[in-house]
Amino acid sequence: MTFALFGVVSVSHYLVVGAILFTCGVVCMALKRNALGVLMGIELVLNGANINFVAFGSEYLAGDGKSVLGLDGEVMALFVILLAAAEAAVALAITLNFYNNHATVDVDRADDLQG
Amino acid sequence: MTAAQLFPILLGIAWLIPLASFVAILFFGARMGAHGKGAATVATSAIGASFILSLVALVLWTMHGQPASNNHHGDGHASVLNSDAGESSGLVRHIAMRSPEQAGVEGQHAGGHEEQVGPISYSGDWYTLYASGALRLSIGWYIDSLTVLMFVVVTFIATCIHVYAAGYMHDELHAVTDSEVQLATGEPLHREGRFHRFFQALSLFCFSMLGIVIAGNLAMVFIFWELVGICSWFLIGFYFERHSASTAANKAFIVNRVGDFGMLIGLMALWGGLGTLHFGDSVSSATGQVESGLFELVRPSENHHEQQVPDGLVAFAAADQIEKMAAANPSRSELRREVAAAVPGWREQGYGRWLLFVAGLGIFCGCVGKSAQVPLFVWLPDAMEGPTPVSALVHSATMVAAGVYLVGRFFPVLTPDVLLVIAYTGGITLFIAATIAVTATDIKRVLAYSTVSQLGYMMLALGVGGWVAGLFHLITHAFFKSLLFLCSGSVIHACHTNDMRKMGGLLKVMPYTAWTMLIGCLAIIGAGVPFVLGFSGYYSKDAILAQALLFSRTNPQHSILYVAVAGGAFITAFYMFRLWFMTFAGSPRDQHVFEHAHESPRVMTAPLVALAVFAVVAGWALPGGLGVESLLEQSRPAGTAEGATTAGILGSITLPAEHESHVGAVHVTATLTAFLTAFAGVLLAAAMYLKPLISPAAVAHAARPIYTFLVHRWYVDELYNVLFVLPTLGLARFISAIDTQVIDRFINSLAWIARQIASVDAWFDRVVVDGIVNVTGSVTWKAGLELKRVQTGNLRQYVMFIVVGTVAIFVLATLLFRTSFAG
Repeated sequence: MTFALFGVVSVSHYLVVGAILFTCGVVCMALKRNALGVLMGIELVLNGANINFVAFGSEYLAGDGKSVLGLDGEVMALFVILLAAAEAAVALAITLNFYNNHATVDVDRADDLQG
Repeated sequence: MTAAQLFPILLGIAWLIPLASFVAILFFGARMGAHGKGAATVATSAIGASFILSLVALVLWTMHGQPASNNHHGDGHASVLNSDAGESSGLVRHIAMRSPEQAGVEGQHAGGHEEQVGPISYSGDWYTLYASGALRLSIGWYIDSLTVLMFVVVTFIATCIHVYAAGYMHDELHAVTDSEVQLATGEPLHREGRFHRFFQALSLFCFSMLGIVIAGNLAMVFIFWELVGICSWFLIGFYFERHSASTAANKAFIVNRVGDFGMLIGLMALWGGLGTLHFGDSVSSATGQVESGLFELVRPSENHHEQQVPDGLVAFAAADQIEKMAAANPSRSELRREVAAAVPGWREQGYGRWLLFVAGLGIFCGCVGKSAQVPLFVWLPDAMEGPTPVSALVHSATMVAAGVYLVGRFFPVLTPDVLLVIAYTGGITLFIAATIAVTATDIKRVLAYSTVSQLGYMMLALGVGGWVAGLFHLITHAFFKSLLFLCSGSVIHACHTNDMRKMGGLLKVMPYTAWTMLIGCLAIIGAGVPFVLGFSGYYSKDAILAQALLFSRTNPQHSILYVAVAGGAFITAFYMFRLWFMTFAGSPRDQHVFEHAHESPRVMTAPLVALAVFAVVAGWALPGGLGVESLLEQSRPAGTAEGATTAGILGSITLPAEHESHVGAVHVTATLTAFLTAFAGVLLAAAMYLKPLISPAAVAHAARPIYTFLVHRWYVDELYNVLFVLPTLGLARFISAIDTQVIDRFINSLAWIARQIASVDAWFDRVVVDGIVNVTGSVTWKAGLELKRVQTGNLRQYVMFIVVGTVAIFVLATLLFRTSFAG
């Protein structure tokens, strides 16, 4: 039985890293009360997903080179980065306004939208 | 311009002027002078202009048509007149004329028999209302000397009455307080004056009456007949706030409807059988052919104007025979030929005789209503509720005159049977009305019953073949009866009461009224120096008496008619002088009324004097035989101058020739009878009311049952009340009970059922339909309330939900769809 750490670096390794990153991001989003912390968690989630895209798109990692996705994976990753930037801009604007109104960035205090 | 064109224009304009006055007052009456005072001027000048035109027509007529020089013989009135019949010009479109010479040429056989030719008459149409095939209804004229005379009489009397009314109605010029009408508050009624409305109706009345006189066919007569009826309704009900006046107006109208129903039957019989209602021959606007009128059909000129049942009526009555022929023979023209050949045979068998009888009787029925004969005379005394000028007009020249005039106009078509019915109706009427007048105390009622009685005279005269006598009396009566009514109006105006028992001695304060009324009384009783000179009534009444005497001599079984006439003359003289003595002679019975009395203004006495003059001279004949009687003689219907014996439906009747009644043996007896009966009547009245030789109260007491019977007017009103009014009311009540009890209940129960169904439906709607909707709503509402708790607004919680949810979905999908993934 081959322990993963000692095998040839393959897509599975990247997937594990991505999963860890994703999990860290989700935990960070769920636990942080600071809005900026939550935003950082989101960045982690997005980047975890990005790693998956890049891994699946990499020619080097594909092995036999038959199941190559070309540059599709990288292009998707670039889209995600772009998206993350835009999202960060909007989220930061909201956070800044929230701070102006409530003098805090605690997301637990932001419950105005409750039903 | 020929006479045939001139007379329709003259009389047509005279006829239409009152209509123009009516229209003018209708639209501008209230603005004519202060309170509509100018309306009197408009109406009076209109009828005055009509009178002048009529007078011109009369003068022209007497100039061009030579008067009958010798009316004791049948051949005297055959004047020859050339007429270019076909010529048309503007207004006069169709002219047809019974030309005398045409009949004269072909009638010269039968040696010894004096040839009779038709009277001069002009007939034609101004306007065709309706034409379909041979059927035609039109506005036209039939003009002979009777028409012209009637025009002069009607317009003259109407003019006098208009002038008089301008004075009499002056109360209406300002607001009126009618003390005879009590309002609910107990106060008398206050209302606007209606001066112009009175003259408006008066103008329409004159127009309608002149329309009847000039009418060229029965349909037109009927139209104006009804117009006269509605005008009388307006005028009798002039004080319509008074219950008695509105009731009297309705009574006059309804009673006349009864008569008009009979008239409609007569019209239908003639229209259905003959297809024409024209009196004289006329030119059809559709075909341009000369069509025979009623007179020509019933008394054809080729048959020497002897009365026969017209072909149309024979064929109409023999419809079953024609049907039998038609069954055997399909060709139309052949059928027509066969029918034409069979008609004389059918006529011999008596086909159509009943139809002609019914037609005549039907037309007479209308006249019974209009001229207030038994049994329809009850409306006339009640018509006193109108203002007195209206009574004068209704009782003399218009309305009641229309009935007698129509019988006279329609005379050639009436069979001897119908004439006998007419004679008896007249005889009964004159007797009943005269007896009622004896006990009446209301001055206008005495005159009203006297009118009914005199109309009875006229009808009787026509019925016994006295065509000239009856219409002569119509004309003389028009003068003196309007005079009497205007006098009574003058008295009422002065005394403010109708009750003769409160009058007396008025001769001193009202000389004009008293003396003119005396002239009227003398005229109505036919006073005169026998065989020398007399009032107008002397001539006409003598003529009637003579004809009645002749009739009873030739028909001994009907001699009761002469008794009625002679007895009527006695009673007439009695009650007329009773009236005069009670009103003007003796000493005042009511000092208050007497002190209040005064002579009427000049505008009212002037017409009295004018009418009084005519009441005296209307019967006179100018040198050369020019007079009302000889003028009428010109129009005597063709074929009626000679006596005739007919085996009619009501037995054999000999209709004596009228000129035979002028023969000494008859005339002397009649004149002496008339003189003596009238003289006896006046003497009796004088003995009872002038010199108290006989006490009226004692007489009334001695003959109490008769007195009560007469005071109650023969109980005719009561009888009609029981026979017709009460059953009608009972029937109405019964029908109204059916309405409320049966129909209303049925409707109500239908409504009740509908309501019940509706309430069930409403329950279903409320409970089931609304329930479903409400439950849906409330469930949704509650679900929302529950679910909103999830929306905490806590961001971190949302993340937790997302994560847990995603994982849960993933796990579930894995578990549930394992096989498919595996596959």
